[in-house]
Amino acid sequence: MSSAKSGLTADKPPLAKAPTGIQGLDEVTGGGLPKGRPTLVCGGPGCGKTLLAIEFLVRGATEYDEPGVLMAFEETAEDLARNVRSLGFDLEDLVERNKLAIDYVHVERSEIEETGEYDLEGLFVRLGHAIDTIGARRVVLDTIEVLFGGLSDAGILRSEIRRLFRWLKDKGMTAIITGERGQGTLSRHGLEEYVSDCVILLDHRVTEQVSTRRLRIVKYRGSTHGANEFPFLIDENGLSVVPITSAGMEHSVSNERVATGVAGLDEMLGGKGFFRGSSVLVSGAAGAGKTSIAAQFASAACERGERCLLFSFEESQNQLVRNLRSIGLDLERWIKKDLLRIHAVRPTHYGLEMHLAQIHRLVVAFRPQAVVVDPISNFISAGTQSDAGSMLVRLIDFLKSQAITGLFTNLTHSDANLEQTDVGISSIIDAWLLLRDIERDGERRGAVYVLKSRGMPHSKRVRGFRLTDHGIELTPEAFSTEAGRT
Amino acid sequence: MNDQAMNDQESQPNAADELWELRLYVAGQTAKSLAAFANLKTVCEEHLAGKYNIEVVDLLVNPQLARGDQIVAIPTLVRKLPEPMRKIIGDLSNTERVLVGLQLRPKKTSQA
Repeated sequence: MSSAKSGLTADKPPLAKAPTGIQGLDEVTGGGLPKGRPTLVCGGPGCGKTLLAIEFLVRGATEYDEPGVLMAFEETAEDLARNVRSLGFDLEDLVERNKLAIDYVHVERSEIEETGEYDLEGLFVRLGHAIDTIGARRVVLDTIEVLFGGLSDAGILRSEIRRLFRWLKDKGMTAIITGERGQGTLSRHGLEEYVSDCVILLDHRVTEQVSTRRLRIVKYRGSTHGANEFPFLIDENGLSVVPITSAGMEHSVSNERVATGVAGLDEMLGGKGFFRGSSVLVSGAAGAGKTSIAAQFASAACERGERCLLFSFEESQNQLVRNLRSIGLDLERWIKKDLLRIHAVRPTHYGLEMHLAQIHRLVVAFRPQAVVVDPISNFISAGTQSDAGSMLVRLIDFLKSQAITGLFTNLTHSDANLEQTDVGISSIIDAWLLLRDIERDGERRGAVYVLKSRGMPHSKRVRGFRLTDHGIELTPEAFSTEAGRT
Repeated sequence: MNDQAMNDQESQPNAADELWELRLYVAGQTAKSLAAFANLKTVCEEHLAGKYNIEVVDLLVNPQLARGDQIVAIPTLVRKLPEPMRKIIGDLSNTERVLVGLQLRPKKTSQA
């Protein structure tokens, strides 16, 4: 998805697309849904298909000047309006302004007798009337399969639904038809047979009490599309699909350097600090000073007038601010200036993909130049090790594609091999700092060294490291006779 | 339901004074619509002579009317009065079922 992000590849869309306006979905689909054609959006109950469809209409009406018709078969207009109000959508207002028409279609089998031939012309008339009244360009049918419960002649229903889709196409409507996932089929009554252009499958899984929503484009005729499953979120801003898989390596690189916030560290890194847009890993045992290095880095970014987003998975914002004050670091002023945002959340709060989705959403909204994740090792507790690894690769690729300098801390166990990252991301890390305690003569000393730093000459020395009330200080040697002693 | 239908049938003499208000929804003059109207007329003349009123609504002319009575299928016959409202969809070619639908005849147990 780096192409959509950086605009490096100028794919000519082979067919016209209508942007959904749903965050991430247009990137995943390479521009939106097939314009003037129906798309099937299917999934189990509660998968978010109605929300997706409604957001498609709302965004169309508000952002693309394309009014839309919602034909609802399951919920009344009032219910729908109430349900989506929490997502910030005001359906009533759109209806009032003729940007949206909602028609609730209700078929009560118990009050209907069937005798002889019929068709669904009544549905066509209603839809056509709604379309003409507001000059609609978009249509949602949610969920037309409900008709199979209300009317008994499945043969008529099938041929009429097929005719309806063709009719929508003839009218040039970009349409979403929702379908409930059936046993072994995408929709209960096989609507996928009639919608040949685009099929999107939504999925809501709960594994180990952690819920993850995923979206997959099953089919998109005449268009390239990501074949992977993409996590998505539903929150107060509507839906957002995370258009990240492994983003590839097309991102541009910078020769610019950014200071680490610790003079001694800059010195070790060729005198200038990290490359902008690179990924930095800081490993160390508990209490080694990883968070301090991370915070110094964040503070240095803010000092340059850049925005920094800090994800804290162990400490709350207040705790972090208080603790860092003890090394003379005032994060509060950056928070006040809105240069620094701290997002504190427990890693087990949701699944890895949701974390990724959250980070993605916050990064897109805040547009920071630096991102700190403290610590990444905690992700392992939110998923399996390989999941965590692949998630981090995606995160790092995403940050790189945005030219964001990323600093990640990683907790290592003192007895384990320090030079081994639990999550196996060392290969995609550009610079790697190691903090460790060295014991000698019955005394523990902090030490730091640069394990690697791609593309620059760097110090191979192990240097002393200590936290003072005015910040982090590096001493020339970990155990020199004079320096480093307090 | 069966009881209700029975009562309806039994109370037919009483219903004699009642005016039957029927509305037939069509969409243009299609073969199905014409057949439905003709079939309805026959049934009414036979069972409700002198006490019925048929209003034909052509949705091609008045599309906005489809919503009020929740019309999906065409043709749809709506019994507005006597209450409760009943709907019969199709060309009304099966007289037996039309009578059941209008509750002029009890539903057979096999169909219930």
